[in-house]
Amino acid sequence: MMRYVLGRLGGVVLILLAVCLFTYLIFFKLSPDPAVMICGKTCTPERIDSIRDVLGLNQPLLTQFWDFLSGIFAGRDYGSVHCSAPCLGYSFQTNESVWSMITARLPVSITVAVGAAVLWLLVGVIGGLVSAVKQGTWWDRSAMGLALGGVSVPNYVLALVLQYVLVVKLQLLPFPSAVPFADDPLLWLESYLMPWVVLAVGYACLYARLTRSNVIDTLAENYYRTARAKGLSGALIMRRHALRPALTPITTIFGMDFAGLLGGALITETVFGLNGIGKMAADSIAKNDQPVIMAVTLLAAFFVVIGNVVVDLLYTALDPRVRVVSS
Amino acid sequence: MTTSPTLAEVEEVVPSSAPPTSGRRILTAVTRDKGALACLVFLAIVVLMAVAAPLITKLSGWGPYQFDSAAINSDLGGVPHGSLGGISGSHWFGVEPQNGRDLFARIVYGARVSITISLSATLLTGILGVVLGMLAGFYRGWVDQVISRLMDFLMAFPALIFMIAILSSLPSGNRPVLLVVVISAFGWPYLARVIRGQTMTLANREFVEAARASGAKDSQVVFREILPNLRGSIVVMTTLAIPGYIGTEAGLSFLGVGVSPPTASWGQMISSSVSWYSVDPMFFAIPGLFLFLTVLSLTVLGDKIRTLIDQGEAA
Repeated sequence: MMRYVLGRLGGVVLILLAVCLFTYLIFFKLSPDPAVMICGKTCTPERIDSIRDVLGLNQPLLTQFWDFLSGIFAGRDYGSVHCSAPCLGYSFQTNESVWSMITARLPVSITVAVGAAVLWLLVGVIGGLVSAVKQGTWWDRSAMGLALGGVSVPNYVLALVLQYVLVVKLQLLPFPSAVPFADDPLLWLESYLMPWVVLAVGYACLYARLTRSNVIDTLAENYYRTARAKGLSGALIMRRHALRPALTPITTIFGMDFAGLLGGALITETVFGLNGIGKMAADSIAKNDQPVIMAVTLLAAFFVVIGNVVVDLLYTALDPRVRVVSS
Repeated sequence: MTTSPTLAEVEEVVPSSAPPTSGRRILTAVTRDKGALACLVFLAIVVLMAVAAPLITKLSGWGPYQFDSAAINSDLGGVPHGSLGGISGSHWFGVEPQNGRDLFARIVYGARVSITISLSATLLTGILGVVLGMLAGFYRGWVDQVISRLMDFLMAFPALIFMIAILSSLPSGNRPVLLVVVISAFGWPYLARVIRGQTMTLANREFVEAARASGAKDSQVVFREILPNLRGSIVVMTTLAIPGYIGTEAGLSFLGVGVSPPTASWGQMISSSVSWYSVDPMFFAIPGLFLFLTVLSLTVLGDKIRTLIDQGEAA
């Protein structure tokens, strides 16, 4: 087990390094010269040179990459400015430290992701479960029909429809904004409600369909029939024999989806103008702010890769069949 | 998977001598299901719009790039004349605010973009996914190691952020081709992963062993023994991928890195409607509805085909 975990962590480091290098090469080589960009319109060749010097752009590419990497763990100096330990550089646009930009916006993205996840898990899993138990009934058909529809709505379309109906026409909700919970809990709830729903709908429908088919498959298993034949109570069988095996795959998928969202819900945040990591990514891309793009990509990849490992470890804990095979 | 009553009837009608998952059987089953048939008809209309776009706009009278300043009220900042976003006899779906371009024409031409890009991306992902997945599953060893690590790497990437970033930093060049390449580059691992697993199981089956024993070469085993058995998964995975790619293309265009204006694309129309949606909701509703219905139809059909193929394999 220990060897397995260490091996996986080694893999994580390798993948993150590869992501890092690839992103670095693409953005720092394909895009326009950062020194020229920072310098702006009133620019002299000397100034460009000094900017290059400070950013280390005159160094060979590998040295630059090494400086970037070591900056993350040990900090680095840009000319006279010292950038301390988790150093991801400074924004070309605002000169702000990228690390502090991330820490300022991460809470918004986490709020969006956690709220949506709670919603879609509740709606999706319960909806799918009820559908499976009432298989073939009116409820099942309409729920699954609705789920197909929900999977097919692009979330920016849903966002605009909701915003038009609830905010512009009925004026039930305010325009979303990233209000901190402590400032005004009610406004906080009202602000985040639409982003949560918009983000959750697609996942909820997907999870409902998955849960339904998993539960139906499990109900056809031999051990389920055995448990029934032994005369165990309905609720007990449902909980211990049907739900657990049916929900294990859902846990895996949930881990991946949730990890993916921690790196920012790009479209949802952009549509609602919530200042999280996703919106920061979109903005930095629009302005070609390379250090920020680099950091955002790396952060998102970090969450995905870690999520992957956590899910695999969790899976062995949840599903005894996997444990037997691996040992 | 459950069998709805209509399907069970179909199963009985089809003679048992028919191959389990023939195209004809699927078509028969689809035409007997009202919902699926409606989806098929809608998709046929969309494809027709895409193919015959120049002809259709000739009939409707307005091209996708023609400005009609008479259809908008320049005193009110360019809001279309009349109710419902300027729907009238000459502009069937109304006009774009501010410049008065005909929405019907732009929807028709937008269908072209959506269909071409999503089909090309599906084709490219299909080829990459099947070939690389089979290679990894069949040869195992270092080939598998290399391909699997590449898949891990691509799947760990925040694909959306990366697609936007690449598309915005690359010179504009031929946007549609770039879109197809970028979408496929991040899309193939999901197909390849399934194909790899199935190839691994198939490669151990008796009929493969038998083919080998009778002197079949690797290429013969792969193409004549394994590939036909993967057909079902390939059909299901690719049909379900098409709506995804339509959504991705529209999403990228919505975020401003897809096809470049003035070329019409549904996503881009929705994107430009954002600043108008409170005064002219139709401008947003029409492309939104087309996008939604197209994706929905493809999803419903893909789902139906999957059910049919699952049943065929179980039979």
